[in-house]
Amino acid sequence: MKKTLIAAMASTILAGSVLTATAEEIKIGVLLGFTGALESLVADMGPGAELAIKEISDSGLFLDGTTVKAIRGDTTCTDAAIATAAAEKLVTADGVKAIVGGDCSGVTGAALQNVARPNGIVMISPSATSPGLTTAEDDGLFFRTAPSDARQGKIVADILMGKGVKKIALTYTNNDYGKGLSDSIEANFKAAGGTVTIKSAHEDGKGDYSAEVGALAAAGGDVLVVAGYLDQGGKGIIQSAIDTGAFETFYLPDGMVGDALPAAIGEDLNGSYGAAPGTDSPGAAKFAKMATAAGFKAGPFAPESYDAAALILLAMQAAGSSESSKLKDKVFMVANAPGEKIYPGELSKALKILSDGGDIDYEGGSAVELIGPGESAGNYREIAIENGKLITVGYR
Amino acid sequence: MDILNSLVLLANYIFVPGLTYGCQLALGALGITLVYGILRFSNFAHGETMSFGAMFSILFMWLFQSWGISIAPLPTVLIALPFGILCTIAWVLFCDKAIYKFYRTKKAPPVIFLIASTGLMFLMAGVIRFIIGPRDQTVSDGARFIMRAREFKEMTGLDEGLAIKTSQAITVIATIIIVTLLFWFLNKTLTGKSMRAYSDNEDLALLSGINPDRVVMYAWVITAIIATVAGTLYGLDKSYKPFTFLQLLLPIFAAAIVGGIGNPLGAVVGGFVIAFSEITVTYAYKKFYAYLTPESWHSDGLLQLLSTDYKFAVSFVILVVVLLIKPTGIFKGQSL
Repeated sequence: MKKTLIAAMASTILAGSVLTATAEEIKIGVLLGFTGALESLVADMGPGAELAIKEISDSGLFLDGTTVKAIRGDTTCTDAAIATAAAEKLVTADGVKAIVGGDCSGVTGAALQNVARPNGIVMISPSATSPGLTTAEDDGLFFRTAPSDARQGKIVADILMGKGVKKIALTYTNNDYGKGLSDSIEANFKAAGGTVTIKSAHEDGKGDYSAEVGALAAAGGDVLVVAGYLDQGGKGIIQSAIDTGAFETFYLPDGMVGDALPAAIGEDLNGSYGAAPGTDSPGAAKFAKMATAAGFKAGPFAPESYDAAALILLAMQAAGSSESSKLKDKVFMVANAPGEKIYPGELSKALKILSDGGDIDYEGGSAVELIGPGESAGNYREIAIENGKLITVGYR
Repeated sequence: MDILNSLVLLANYIFVPGLTYGCQLALGALGITLVYGILRFSNFAHGETMSFGAMFSILFMWLFQSWGISIAPLPTVLIALPFGILCTIAWVLFCDKAIYKFYRTKKAPPVIFLIASTGLMFLMAGVIRFIIGPRDQTVSDGARFIMRAREFKEMTGLDEGLAIKTSQAITVIATIIIVTLLFWFLNKTLTGKSMRAYSDNEDLALLSGINPDRVVMYAWVITAIIATVAGTLYGLDKSYKPFTFLQLLLPIFAAAIVGGIGNPLGAVVGGFVIAFSEITVTYAYKKFYAYLTPESWHSDGLLQLLSTDYKFAVSFVILVVVLLIKPTGIFKGQSL
């Protein structure tokens, strides 16, 4: 038994060293909340990132035929210690060259400070939207294909004011995302001359939201803004508010926009409205088709996940190296103009242009345009619920 | 009129939701308490057992829906419930045989059981996500409301609405039936009496010829029935999502301990204590107060004792206070 164990260990070590020596395969970490509060969204985000990785790996054009393998790590969305440990494992044990992730803002910040910066690993998050991450120390290693919620707060205030709403009640999911977004909404809405009657947090995954809704109803308001998650507390709040007749109209920020919500709540949600990152660029439709073919949905943040993975690998190609220290300087170059526009499914074309020394302007599934310290400028799709269906009203 | 309005307000935001939530916690706590009374360990896998039962009820519900069977206006899941219960019974008996029996014959200390049940909890959480997936599933169909808030306002002419959902009525009725049956079973039948004897004093019960294997089996069967009903009703009222059952475990344990763990009556009372304290302490009484006082007294404040952020803290404070003053719980615990 002991001998076989030693033999097995020796062979794995040998095999490992052979792999690193020839360097024909590199690894990319996909650090998302596969379990926990965001697990139902990540069910589409994970495959989204892996789709881009597979597309590039299979093209044979990436860094002289290098193949790429995705390694998953679980952030749990809420537990910073677990997320840090998962990131640590990806970097030190699996030896990933860069990370797609994390998903929720809190764990993303933790993984960035504790693992990515000390090890010099690039992280591109598809869904961390907290304004706090804009100013976080990142040594130029952190990017995101999702816009900061500072921008979303402005959009929310604009839409509400445009509808003549003057008084809102505001509830947010109790984490970095909810806090950041609700602060931004409150500031923008007040600046536009509106009143926020109450701003209270709710916890996700709770059994019952009667207490939260009771407090919100007592404070009152024309519209209830629910800065939460559509399959978590946010949905629980809306359900409970409708059940008790506390509110009839809801504003739905990005975390709440999805077909699952009207499907679950039914006709009572008619007349509510909101906005989520989205674009009418040709990339979005292309990505949706590819996702269906690959067996997952182009759900919220799935195109952003695809784009995050694609950006990392295209930046590697532009840098001619898979090292984070080199690729981090190329992310802006591949993401922004000038250059040839690249949409989902055209990654091999992009690889070819880059290896020929050309320049690309990666649009992807979410019309990527990086601004500031490396975050998406943010295109928003304004939606409304009519006849139990989510319909697109316009783009901002 | 204002007094009526204020009462309807409290009924709508405190009494009806509190009653439903209390029933849900009470059913969960009953399962914990039964396992604790007979098998003498805290079953951390209970939340997942509820989830497991609810999952099977939903799977059967989908089957019936595809066959076009419905009992409208009642939700379809009610006819799927017995099948879900059977599957859950089979599962818990299998778990008992595969895991707990081994430790029971070794007379392992309770903490070993507790750790084993924690392991089982994670295993079941994985199995559930594997079978039905992590996504939210809507369980309710049929008529959603008995009375809508708007209808109530039109009917009575009051400013405040009172909404009663079908699922809330079903939850309360089902809880009454289950609790009555359980108490009848424990107090009147021979098997029930032998279970209480076993719970009171294991050695004496063994001496008087009670078969321990049967008692343990019955305890698991009853637990499985209650857990499935609790999980399914919960899914019916809110919606079914595997993730919530881990969160639900906390208030359920709090309810069982506050009431007196091992005491079925305590579990029921504990459920309502936890549910109502969570809601009453964090409710904003602004509107209620506004109805009862002249307008010049009104303020912009919310008149909220504690922010809803502290909802969980409320259950824990009650738990700590009860354990300090009366460690056995409101009703004397540790016996059936």
